Amino acid sequence: MSDLNTAMIEKYRSSFLKEVEANVEEGEWVKMCMQCGVCSGSCPLGKHWDHPPQEIFMMIRANKRDEVLSTDSMWMCTSCYNCIARCPRGLPITHIMHGLAVYSKRLGLTQKKQPTAEFSQIFWDNLMKKGRVNELKLGLSMYFKDGFGQGIKNAMANQKLGQNMMKAKRMNAMEFFGGHSVKDLSGFQKMVKKAQEIEEGNLKDAK
Amino acid sequence: MTEVIATNETILVVGGGISGMTAALEAAETGKQVVLVEKRPYVGGRVTQLYKYFPKLCFPTCGLEINQRRAKMNPNLNIISMAEVTDIKGEAGNYTATVKISPRYVNENCTACGECAKAVETEFDDEFNYDMGKRKGAYLPHRMAHPQRYVLDPAIIGTDDAQKAKDACKYNAIDLDMQEEIVEFKAGAVVWATGWKPYDANKIQPYGYDRIDNVITSVEFERMADPNGPTGGKLVRPSDGKEVKSVAFIQCAGSRDKNHLLHCSRICCMASLKQATYPADDIPITIYYIDIRAIDRFEDFYQKVKAKENVSFIKSKVASIVENKENGNPTLHGVDTEGYNRYANEHDLVVLAVGMEPSVDKESFPVEIVINEEGFIEPAPENGGVFAAGCSSDALDVNRAVQHATGAAMHAIQVVNRVAATEG
Repeated sequence: MSDLNTAMIEKYRSSFLKEVEANVEEGEWVKMCMQCGVCSGSCPLGKHWDHPPQEIFMMIRANKRDEVLSTDSMWMCTSCYNCIARCPRGLPITHIMHGLAVYSKRLGLTQKKQPTAEFSQIFWDNLMKKGRVNELKLGLSMYFKDGFGQGIKNAMANQKLGQNMMKAKRMNAMEFFGGHSVKDLSGFQKMVKKAQEIEEGNLKDAK
Repeated sequence: MTEVIATNETILVVGGGISGMTAALEAAETGKQVVLVEKRPYVGGRVTQLYKYFPKLCFPTCGLEINQRRAKMNPNLNIISMAEVTDIKGEAGNYTATVKISPRYVNENCTACGECAKAVETEFDDEFNYDMGKRKGAYLPHRMAHPQRYVLDPAIIGTDDAQKAKDACKYNAIDLDMQEEIVEFKAGAVVWATGWKPYDANKIQPYGYDRIDNVITSVEFERMADPNGPTGGKLVRPSDGKEVKSVAFIQCAGSRDKNHLLHCSRICCMASLKQATYPADDIPITIYYIDIRAIDRFEDFYQKVKAKENVSFIKSKVASIVENKENGNPTLHGVDTEGYNRYANEHDLVVLAVGMEPSVDKESFPVEIVINEEGFIEPAPENGGVFAAGCSSDALDVNRAVQHATGAAMHAIQVVNRVAATEG
């Protein structure tokens, strides 16, 4: 992906804002921000962001490409939509944050070990296998993402929760063996592949 | 029975605030016949509720007196108060207006001696002071009210208070049998000057106007600062009546916001800068803003207020207000734009600089008229001989409303002049 990164740097050397407008979901809204700060103030997780949304918008306009694409701020978004509801200019802030996160990941600039990014990847891989989320395996993947020892520790710590979920038929231990898939798995995979091709094509066109 | 003498050469002015009065007086002083219909029992509108004007910090009472004097002296001007236009039919040069006049229960014999007010007992929320404080059931709406004549609250009619008021009157001015009247009359042109109302602060939920005592609106603060106001000019906290030790102003409270009013209300920046001069110099004042919109000559005033040591500015739209239950202080939460610092600031009193909303809503105009997205009247040929004046056309300060109203009067005069030319 770093080739893509280099290509994008070349293409948008003068304006990161233009790059965001072209390649980031809802990126064309960034210029509409009037820096009132209501998004940042309304964000329930705001204090955990290195750069709150309003600052990210300003950084984009100020050409701070590296800082924006490598910060983990946009990964802090939990999609509560408070900012969208409150923004006086109607910016789809949640979507822009997800767009920036996706773009940073595609360019290979996302911080290593960023928990939300890691979880997203695990979730995606899990989903792609059978066309539906295998919750048991998703949980296990999360437990063991930092190694076997840590995985056992995590599993022990959440033992009670897991047992209760099984009792309540919220989780099925048998899913560990393969797990069931959507009706037309190959159709599903073809569909996703096509979507990915279209997306890649869009970005190549932008090159 | 009220008789209105009017012809197709008469100009009807709807609304007697500063814009309506200006349009009516300018037209009447050129010799035109003018009928001014005002909903309140007195003319002058919201200007009467202002303590000071910006940027000169002079008193609106001064200009109001001049206008009221002009009105009294001009035989061409007929003011109908406590009246509302319910229908206008016809076209430019030939309108028929229907007007509903509410009973005042006090006739022109009234000398404003005030004996009726002393006699009655029931008290009501004082709308002149935005329901802060009380007034009697027989009352003079404010000291300078024109017409200078008392009003009986319809709620006391049929009670002992009504009889007490009547008995107390030495001038036979109280007429308890007055009824609502509907009158119809002609007009050649209409000046529409129904003005504005403060945006309903309850709709800005995160600011807690409805649940935090010490969060008030700018119009309420203005009444509080007025020595004739509900607190005698003392700036006190509504929660405990204690003297205010620090004030915060929140700009764009309801304006420039797709969830509230789309437009910039234009007056609020200057209003807050003005109000920042009301408290004593040593109390800290903080103004939270997106950007300060002080245009042309107002910039000097902005600089002057900015130079005051007790006034500070925080570039941030406040995200939410939470009440400190221990001392009743509102705590303001947000992130500023100069450094992106997260703050939680406590103040004694918070003033919401509420926006300007057209006072007539889109659906209830009694005449065909073109309204824009914000609810203001557009200058459009479809409006025929109806011309907007002042804040019915846009969010304007007094100065610009008066200029705009003068222009509207000119348009109306042109229409009735055409009528005069054809009728010979």
